[in-house]
Amino acid sequence: MALFKLTPPYLSGTNRITDHMVQLLLALLPAIIALTIFFGPGVLINIVLAVVLALVTEAMMLKCRHRPLKPFLTDGSAIVTAVLLAIALPPLSPWWLTAVGIIFAIVFAKHLYGGLGYNPFNPAMVAYVLLLISFPVEMTRWLPFAELNNIDITFTTAVQIIFTEQSPYQLAVDAISGATPLDIMKTQTGLQQTPEIIQQNSAFGLLAGQGWQWVNIWVAIGGLFLLYRKVINWHIPTAMLAGLATVSLVTWLISPATTASPLFHLFSGGTMLGAFFIATDPVTAATTLKGRLIYGAGIGLLTYIIRVWGGYPDGIAFAVLLMNMLVPLIDDVTQPRVYGAKR
Amino acid sequence: MRQLGSFPGGLVLDGQKSRSTQQPIRSVPLSKVLTLPLQQHIGAAAVPIVKVGDKVLKGQQIAKAEGHVSVCLHAPSSGHITAIDERPIPHPSGLSALCITIETDGKEQWTELTPIEDYKNSSDHELRQLIRDAGIVGLGGAGFPSFIKLNPSVHHHVDTLILNGVECEPYISCDDMLMRERAQGILDGIAIMRQATKANRCIIAIEDNKPIAINAMQTSLSTHTENGKIDIIVVPTRYPAGSEKQLIEVITNKQVPNGGLPIDIGIVMHNVGTAYAIARAINYGEPLISRIVTITGNEVKNAGNLEVLFGTPIKDCLTFCETQWQIANPIIQGGPMMGYPLANADLPITKTANCILVGVEQAAPAEQAMPCIRCGDCATACPVSLLPQQLYWHAKAKDLDKAVDYNLFDCIECGCCNYVCPSEIPLVQYFKFAKTETMNQQQERQKSDAARVRHDNRQTRQEMEKQEKALRQQQRKAALAASQTAKQAEEDKT
Repeated sequence: MALFKLTPPYLSGTNRITDHMVQLLLALLPAIIALTIFFGPGVLINIVLAVVLALVTEAMMLKCRHRPLKPFLTDGSAIVTAVLLAIALPPLSPWWLTAVGIIFAIVFAKHLYGGLGYNPFNPAMVAYVLLLISFPVEMTRWLPFAELNNIDITFTTAVQIIFTEQSPYQLAVDAISGATPLDIMKTQTGLQQTPEIIQQNSAFGLLAGQGWQWVNIWVAIGGLFLLYRKVINWHIPTAMLAGLATVSLVTWLISPATTASPLFHLFSGGTMLGAFFIATDPVTAATTLKGRLIYGAGIGLLTYIIRVWGGYPDGIAFAVLLMNMLVPLIDDVTQPRVYGAKR
Repeated sequence: MRQLGSFPGGLVLDGQKSRSTQQPIRSVPLSKVLTLPLQQHIGAAAVPIVKVGDKVLKGQQIAKAEGHVSVCLHAPSSGHITAIDERPIPHPSGLSALCITIETDGKEQWTELTPIEDYKNSSDHELRQLIRDAGIVGLGGAGFPSFIKLNPSVHHHVDTLILNGVECEPYISCDDMLMRERAQGILDGIAIMRQATKANRCIIAIEDNKPIAINAMQTSLSTHTENGKIDIIVVPTRYPAGSEKQLIEVITNKQVPNGGLPIDIGIVMHNVGTAYAIARAINYGEPLISRIVTITGNEVKNAGNLEVLFGTPIKDCLTFCETQWQIANPIIQGGPMMGYPLANADLPITKTANCILVGVEQAAPAEQAMPCIRCGDCATACPVSLLPQQLYWHAKAKDLDKAVDYNLFDCIECGCCNYVCPSEIPLVQYFKFAKTETMNQQQERQKSDAARVRHDNRQTRQEMEKQEKALRQQQRKAALAASQTAKQAEEDKT
């Protein structure tokens, strides 16, 4: 093996794809901990299941495509996709839901487009949308915030529910799951309730949904770590959060009786996960600095539109995929001015 | 103090300069054989004016400049010419070119030198001619004939003369050492350059990682006749600050227009080493026959800067500096960012050899390049504000037109994108390839266009000839018919 580079530059930085991915996973730890605290240990089982399946599927696809296994299995990208999908799924979703999602993400959304670096759509979000459209019941089985829930979900119960879809308490899984705060907000405002009254519901906390607001804060802490480590840059998260905040602020100021506050939107559902971990996926995001601002703002705006006027409670996944489609155009029209070009 | 500008991107690199700055500039023992490529500069190769067997003296001209963009070549030492033939030269292509080979006699006998008593009485034209005759080229590494850059065209006026002592690439320290030890000579050279260019102001730019050189230059300037006419500007250490266009941006906050030259915005830039060479040429009559070369790298035990006669085999310099060079270690000419590997150590030191690097301190490269994940780190690092990730995409797909649209030809090949790439993609290689390929295609296109025009012309010509022939035939037929009728009529009459 040649130990020396044969072409200049002979120096190289120490930054590698695997480092990116490892830091991304580290940054997801606070989110995982928060989800476990507030929604039980189901999420941990989902993650393990998803990661194992993702690696197996990735290996099989690499084999089929005659690609070397080692560099691509160790780059960490399949693991990141798996973890992102796993924490986006309801914590007690049945094992097959996770399996279908992961296989679809790795086989269709990633490898059929050419594997790492070539997929135009975020694989985790493609899988999420597939599952949301195909299995709406399972996908909305979010547990109410653990403290509200009189049934304490232990690790073994979670395993049992996930793999057998039987609750040990002879209760239907439906009975221990409930609508998310975003759901409640959507249905209730649909019923002409003002957000102010809706937020007096015990499912809501100071900022947004009980539990959810904390999950979002913890996710954001992980996101700030990524910014600090320069794994992601500020453009996309800032633009997305600013986009969402601006549009929700405007509508809220115009009509506070029918729309939720910007704070509610910022700390609900997948907002922070989307801003720091999903929209920042480099492969599928815009790549110019200006383009990233447009891309991020577009996701924020679309998320709001889908949440408020669309058919689904949360809109991150759709917003990301829609903006993914615009990336080639955005990149093309936002090229920076090169040295010496006319101003 | 004037506000400095800056360029986007760039890298803060580990300079590794102290390896080669521990000892003063040393001279290498005279080599037995000196091999001098006729082209050690950008432009047309010089033309030999000596024959095999001729005895030459040190400093004697052995080849004359050919055409405008060219310079003369001189014998670095006394001896006799043993060959004028094709030999391998230090060039990225690894090709051979015409060289003059001198076997030295060890006497170091100088030819008669004609220093200029007082250059202040010489016209700028005379000075440029002298500089050209002295074989002086830019010693920063590119080797462009210096007299041309001292020659403001009638349409341009030189406002600012910038002396580049930035030396931004890691490991290289020849300009640093030259400024430390020969500040006086550099300033003498700048004085001549100022007269030749008639520049309004003059700036010496030095990176802030060379405090000793800065101090030496300042001290020397304070007692020099040029004091008050030259500003020494310390620029922040950031690669590639020493690149001409980037340095102009740092110092003047202006950009050289796309496709233009620095003179278009009234700027001329020369390397500090070139200034020193000009001083020697004018004040002492010495042509350019040697330069300072940094010999450094992990495998060099006794690294440092050497004053080397052109034509000296690189291996003599390496041996002098106690270097281990094996096949696994490429010998790099230039710095670790933009240098190129040499085929072997038998090649000669030329006018553009600023550094010979053996062994670079770096992380082990990955076994294979990973796919591009479009992280954009390359775009952030690019000092020209290109989008290397997009350029790479198009270059890889051989969609050259698109790559050109993405400003392929503005790439300065500094290697910053390559350095930061987490997938370790050899981006610079792709861009170099795409550039050559595009130029080839353009040439092909021009050739085929010319051929098509030729073909069309030929066809028209042939068509015309055919028509003319047909016309002539018709005329002949008509004439024949007429004469026959006439004959018939004659016969009928009779």
